[in-house]
Amino acid sequence: MIRKERKVSDMHNGKLLEAAVAAIREHADELTALDQAIGDGDHGINMKRGFDALAEAAGELERLELPAALQKAGMILVMKVGGASGPLYGSLLMAMGKAAAHPPASADDVAGMLKAGIEAVKARGRSDAGAKTMLDVLIPVLQALESHPEDPCAAAVRAADDGLEATRGMLATKGRASFLGERSIGHLDPGARSSALLVHAICNVLEDS
Amino acid sequence: MTGNVSIVIVSHSPKVAEGTADMVRQMVGEEVRLAHCGGDPDGGLGTNVGAIMEAIEAVYSPKGVAILVDLGGAETNSEMAREMLPAEKAAHVAICNAPLVEGAIMAATEASGGADLEAVRATAEEFQA
Repeated sequence: MIRKERKVSDMHNGKLLEAAVAAIREHADELTALDQAIGDGDHGINMKRGFDALAEAAGELERLELPAALQKAGMILVMKVGGASGPLYGSLLMAMGKAAAHPPASADDVAGMLKAGIEAVKARGRSDAGAKTMLDVLIPVLQALESHPEDPCAAAVRAADDGLEATRGMLATKGRASFLGERSIGHLDPGARSSALLVHAICNVLEDS
Repeated sequence: MTGNVSIVIVSHSPKVAEGTADMVRQMVGEEVRLAHCGGDPDGGLGTNVGAIMEAIEAVYSPKGVAILVDLGGAETNSEMAREMLPAEKAAHVAICNAPLVEGAIMAATEASGGADLEAVRATAEEFQA
C-alpha cells in the first residue's frame, strides 16, 4: 500500500480518514442499492452513519498515533454502525491497530496489519474467502501487498477490483444474502464493494503524498 | 429471582423486541429477569452494541444471561457486546442459536425453574433441530 521509502507516519491520519469518509459518503446510495438486491438494504445507511461518526471524531483521531487511531476508529464503528458491518469493520480496524508497527514503514508492515485485521474479520464473521463477503476483497489485497512490495498501491487496487468483481459469480453463504441461495449469484457483494472503495481511497492518499 | 438465569431479547425492530418480551412475560411471568432492545443507534431498524450491553447489564446475574437474537447483525452485535463486557461477566453470557420468539419463551420457561445457563441455552436451541 505504500512505497518502501515512505512512512505512513509522514501522512496525517486526517488525510486517510477524510478520503475514507468521502468514499463512503459518495457511494452510500450505491452500497444501499447493492444491499437491497441481496441483503437487507441498509449497508450504505449503516456505513455512512459509522463514517459520519468517524468524521465527527476527526480531531481526536488525527492527534493519535496510527495504532491508537485505528483502534479508536474501530471502536466507533462498532458502536455506531448498527448492522453486522459495525463489528466486522470495527474488528478489522481494531486488530490492524493492535498489530501496527509504529510507525509502519514498509508494504510488509502494512501487510502484517491487514493480515491481523483479516483474521479478526474471519473470526467475527465465522467466514473465509469465497463466501461472497468483504473478505473476497481484503484477502486478495493482502496477497497483492505480499507479492508486489515494489508497487503495492497499484497491486492492491487491482486486487481489490478483481476481488470485488469475482463476488458477482459467488453464492452467498453468510449473512442475509445467504437466505437467497442461488439468487445471490449475479450481484456484487455490498461489503466487498465498501471494502474496495476504502482500499481505493487509502491507496489514492498514499500514492499522492 | 436473581437466582435465575436472565433473558435478553435483541431484535432489529424495537417493536418485535418489545412484543417478544410481552409474550415471555405473559407466558412465563415475573420469575425471570428480562431485558429487550432493538433498533440501530438512530432508532431505525438494526441493532446497537451499546444498547445490547446496557440490556445485559440491566439484568446481569452471575447465574447467567441468555441472549436471543433475530437475524445476522443482531447475533454479530450481541457477540461484540459480550466481548466488550468485563471478562468475568462475559463468561456468564450465552447467545442462543434459536428462533427469537420461540427461543425466548423456551429459554425463559427453563430459566424460571432455576436451570443453569447451559440448560437454558440447550432448551432454546432444541427448537432449532
